[in-house]
Amino acid sequence: MTLLDDHDQVKQEEAANPELEKRAKRQESWRGFFHAAPAYVYLTFFFTLPLLIVYVFSFASRGPTGKPFLEDWNLDSWIKLGDPLVMEIALRSLWLALLNTALCLLIGYPFAYWIATRRSERTRTLLLVAVLIPFWSNFLIRTYAWRMLLDSDGIITQIGEWSGLWGQLLFTPTAVFLGLLYGYLPFVVLPLYAAIERLDWTLVEAGRDLYASGSAAFRKITLPLSKPGIVAGSVLVFIPSLGAYVTPDILGGAKTTLLGNYIVTQFTAARNWPFGSALSGAILIIMLAVTILYFRTDARTI
Amino acid sequence: MTLHQGAAARPWVDRILAINGWLIFAFLYLPIGMVVIFSFSASPNVGRWGGFTLDWYERMLGNEQLMNSLRNSVIVALASTVVSTILGTAAAIALDRYRKWVGRGAFDAVVYLPIIIPDVTMAVMLLLWFTSIGMNLGLGSITLSHIAFNISFVAVVVRARLANMDPFMEEAAADLYASRWQAFRRVTLPLIMPGVLGGALLALTLSLDDVVITSFVQGPGSTTLPVYVFGLIKRSVTPEINAVSTLMMVMSVGLVLASLFFQTRADRRQRQ
Amino acid sequence: MKRLVGIIAVLALVTAACGGSDGDAQALADACEAGEVDGDLNLYNWTEYLPTGPEAEDAGVVDFIAEFEDRYPDVNVVYTQYDSNEAMLAQIDAGASYDLVVPSDYMVSIMKGSDLLVKLNHDAIPGMSNLDPTFANPGYDAGNEYSVPYQWGTTGIGFNYDYLDDSEGISWAAIFEPGEDAEYLGRISFLDDTRETLGAALKYLGYSLNTTDQAELDEASALIKDAKADIAAFDSSSYWTLLTNGDTHVAMGWNGDFLAEYDGISTDDFDAYEQYGYAIPTEGAAAWVDTMAIPMTAEHVCTAHAFIDMVLEPFMGGELTNYNYYASPNLAAQEHIYPDILEWEAVYPSEETMTSLEFFEDLGDFEINYSDAFAQAKS
Repeated sequence: MTLLDDHDQVKQEEAANPELEKRAKRQESWRGFFHAAPAYVYLTFFFTLPLLIVYVFSFASRGPTGKPFLEDWNLDSWIKLGDPLVMEIALRSLWLALLNTALCLLIGYPFAYWIATRRSERTRTLLLVAVLIPFWSNFLIRTYAWRMLLDSDGIITQIGEWSGLWGQLLFTPTAVFLGLLYGYLPFVVLPLYAAIERLDWTLVEAGRDLYASGSAAFRKITLPLSKPGIVAGSVLVFIPSLGAYVTPDILGGAKTTLLGNYIVTQFTAARNWPFGSALSGAILIIMLAVTILYFRTDARTI
Repeated sequence: MTLHQGAAARPWVDRILAINGWLIFAFLYLPIGMVVIFSFSASPNVGRWGGFTLDWYERMLGNEQLMNSLRNSVIVALASTVVSTILGTAAAIALDRYRKWVGRGAFDAVVYLPIIIPDVTMAVMLLLWFTSIGMNLGLGSITLSHIAFNISFVAVVVRARLANMDPFMEEAAADLYASRWQAFRRVTLPLIMPGVLGGALLALTLSLDDVVITSFVQGPGSTTLPVYVFGLIKRSVTPEINAVSTLMMVMSVGLVLASLFFQTRADRRQRQ
Repeated sequence: MKRLVGIIAVLALVTAACGGSDGDAQALADACEAGEVDGDLNLYNWTEYLPTGPEAEDAGVVDFIAEFEDRYPDVNVVYTQYDSNEAMLAQIDAGASYDLVVPSDYMVSIMKGSDLLVKLNHDAIPGMSNLDPTFANPGYDAGNEYSVPYQWGTTGIGFNYDYLDDSEGISWAAIFEPGEDAEYLGRISFLDDTRETLGAALKYLGYSLNTTDQAELDEASALIKDAKADIAAFDSSSYWTLLTNGDTHVAMGWNGDFLAEYDGISTDDFDAYEQYGYAIPTEGAAAWVDTMAIPMTAEHVCTAHAFIDMVLEPFMGGELTNYNYYASPNLAAQEHIYPDILEWEAVYPSEETMTSLEFFEDLGDFEINYSDAFAQAKS
C-alpha cells in the first residue's frame, strides 16, 4: 500500500495505460530510495564499513601494542577461536543468557498480563510508564545501588539475616541474576504487553466456555496467541545477554570470564586486536544466524 | 480488542496477579528509592543515613569535572537524538510505505543489525574505523557513534507505529492537499508523532546511558557522564553521585510526562 | 553499489596503512624552554592520582590543576581519567591527542618501542635534578629519556587485624592457600589485573614474576583457579572499600590505596590503623613506578613539559605523596612529606624488603600467554 498514489482513480488510469503504470512504479521506487538514502549512506559509513574493517583486521597480524599490522595476513586469530578456553567462555555466556531469558519470561509474563488486563487505558499507560521510570536513571548507578543493597551492610542482607532466609548475596550467582533480571525486565514486559493487549478477547471468552478450567483456556488460547510477544521479548533479552559483562562483573565480583569482557580484554590487557576482531566477528555471525532462524520459524507458525 | 467482561481472570487469580505486580514494582523501585533517599543523607558513606541535607547537590554543582561530563552528555544526546530521529523516521517511511526500490532488501537487513549487535562489538568496530580513517576522537566521534545505533531504534519504533496506522487518512489527505509535502506535514506526521516521539525518547535514553561504546571512542576532555560515573563510582562513592542520578531521573521523567501530556492533547484535538 | 563499497573499503585500508606518526611533536619538544607554554593541557591520568577538586580540598592538599592554571592564566587544563595502562594505550594508539599521560614502567617500554613517546627535552625540565639518584637510570627507560618518575609503590596484602597477624610477616599463602580453618574464607579479594595477580601467584610459588616459562605460568594459573573458590571478588578499584566495610577481611592491593582509605575513615574516636594493616609478603612482591610521559599525538608539548616540571618541585612532590600515600621518587620532596608517612614501612620499605621486590618488564608476545592464563584462571 503506497502512500499517496493509491487513489482508485489513478489505479484505474494505470490499469488502462501500462505506460503510466510503469512510470508510477518507477516514481515509487525513486521516492522510496530517496527517503531511505540519508540513513542508508550514514549506516554504510558508520556501520557497514566499520563492520567490514573488523573482519579485515581479524586476518591481520598483531603489532607490539596490539594494533594490527596490515601485512602478514594469516588465519591465526580464527584458528584460536577453536581453543578449549574460548569454547568454555562461549558456553558459559550462552548458559547465562538462556537462564536470564527464561527468568525474565517467567517473571515478566504474569506481570505483563496483569498490566494488559487492567480495564482503563489510562491505568495501563500509567503502569507502563511506572515500569519505565527506573530506567531513566543511569544504568551503572542502578547496578551500584544493587551492590549497596546486597553488601554486608545492605538492607537486603540485613533482612535475610534477620529472617534467616539468606546470607550475603553479593558476589554470588544469585546477585548476578538479580541484577540481570532488573536490567532486562522492561525489554520483555513491553513486547509481551503489546501482544497481550492486542489479543482478541472474544476468543478467550469462547475458550472459557469451551474448557472447564481457566488454566486450560489460558494454556490453549491466550498463551499461544501471545507467542509473537514471547518471541520478540526473548530475542530482545537473549541477544544482549550474550554480550553482557558489566553487571556480572559488578555484582558477581568479576570471577568469571564471559564473552563480553574477554573481547574487551583483547583490546586492552591482552593487546591482541586481531583476535578481538575475530571474536567479535564470529559472535555477530552466530547471532545473525540465530535471529534469522528464530524469526523464520516464528513467521511460519503465524 | 476490548477486554470483555467474561474474559477477565477469576477474582482470586486476579488478586494473585496484582500482588505479584506490586511486588515487582517494589523490586523495580527499591534501588531507585535508595538512590534518591540517600542523595539527601549527610553521611559521606552511602548506605548510612546521616541526617537531611542538600549539601551534595551543592557540591555536585561545584564539581567542575562532573558538570563538564554532564554537559558533554547532554550535547551528545541532543545532537544524536535529533539526527537519528530524522534519519530513522525517513527510513521507517521508506520501508513501510514503499514496497519496491533499489537496495531495499539490503537496507532492511542493515537497519536491524545495530540492534542485535553486542555493545562491545560495535564499540570495537567504531574505534577501529575512526583509527583507520584518521579521525580524531572526541565529542564528534562519540556523537557519530550514537547516531549509528540510534537510527535503527528510531526506525523500528516508527515502523511499528506506521504498521498500525490507518492508511485511508493519508489517502484522503492526498485529495485535500496539493503537494505531497503538505499532506505529509499536516496529516501523516501528526499521526505518526507518538511513534516519532517514542523513538526520539528511546534514542535520548540510549545515548544518555551509553558506557561501553562511548568509553572506546572518546577523546581528551570528552568524557560523558556515564563514563565519568563509571570511573568515579568504583572509587569514592559519595552521595554526590546520588544527587546527579536523582536530577537526571527527574529531568527524564519530566520530559516524558511533558511529551505524554502534549500527545494526549494532540490526540484529543485530532479526534474532534 | 557493491563496487562502490569495495572501493571505499580499499581507500580506508590504504589510509590506515599510510597513516604514520607525526614528527611534529618531537620537533616542538626540542624547542621548548623551561616554563614555556603553548596552549591548553590535555592531561590523561589514572583516577584519583592527582589532587584536584573537592577531593584535594577534603584532604587538605593543594589542587594541582588550579595551581597550574593560576601560574599560567592562559592555559586551561582538560583532565580525563583512565583506570588501566592498556585503556590508555588503546586511546593513544588510536590517535587520541593527549599531551601528558601517566604510564607505568612496563608500559613505557612498550610505548617507547612503538615510537609512541616523545623524547623529553631535559632543558625544559630543570626539576629533574630533584629526583632520587636511584631513579635516575631505571631499567625501563635509561636516563629517563622518555619519562619522568611520578610515584612508586608496592603490591601487597591489606588486612583486618582481627583476622590476620603480621608480627611475623605475612605470606601470600594468606590469600592463595588460607587453609580450611581460616576464619575469613569467602572474604578475600584479588586484584583484577593479569600481571599483578599472576605475578603474586608466581612469587608465592618462588618464581620470577617476569617468567617466560609456560609451565610456571600454568602452575600459577591453576593456583589462582583453585583459590578462586574462597574469594569474594576480583577487584582493582574498590577493594579498599570492600575491606573497610567488612565485605572482605584480606585483600590484595596497592599500598597507597589502602593507606589513603585508612586515613580517610579515621575519625577522632577511631584510628583505622589499629584495625587495619598492610604488609609486603615474605616471598616478595611487585614494585612499580608510574611515570609522566608525552605521547607522540600531543599538540601542546611545551605546556606538558612545564606541568612535569611543576610536579617535580619539592613542595608539589611532597603534596602528591601526602594525597595519594604513594612513595615519591623525588628526594627534595621529602622535607614536605608528613613525617609519619616517611617512617612507614608500608610506604617506604626497609632495605631488606626492597631486595625482595621485583619490577614488571614487558614480555613482548608472551603477554598473550599471560592474558590467556588469567582468563583461564577466571573461567
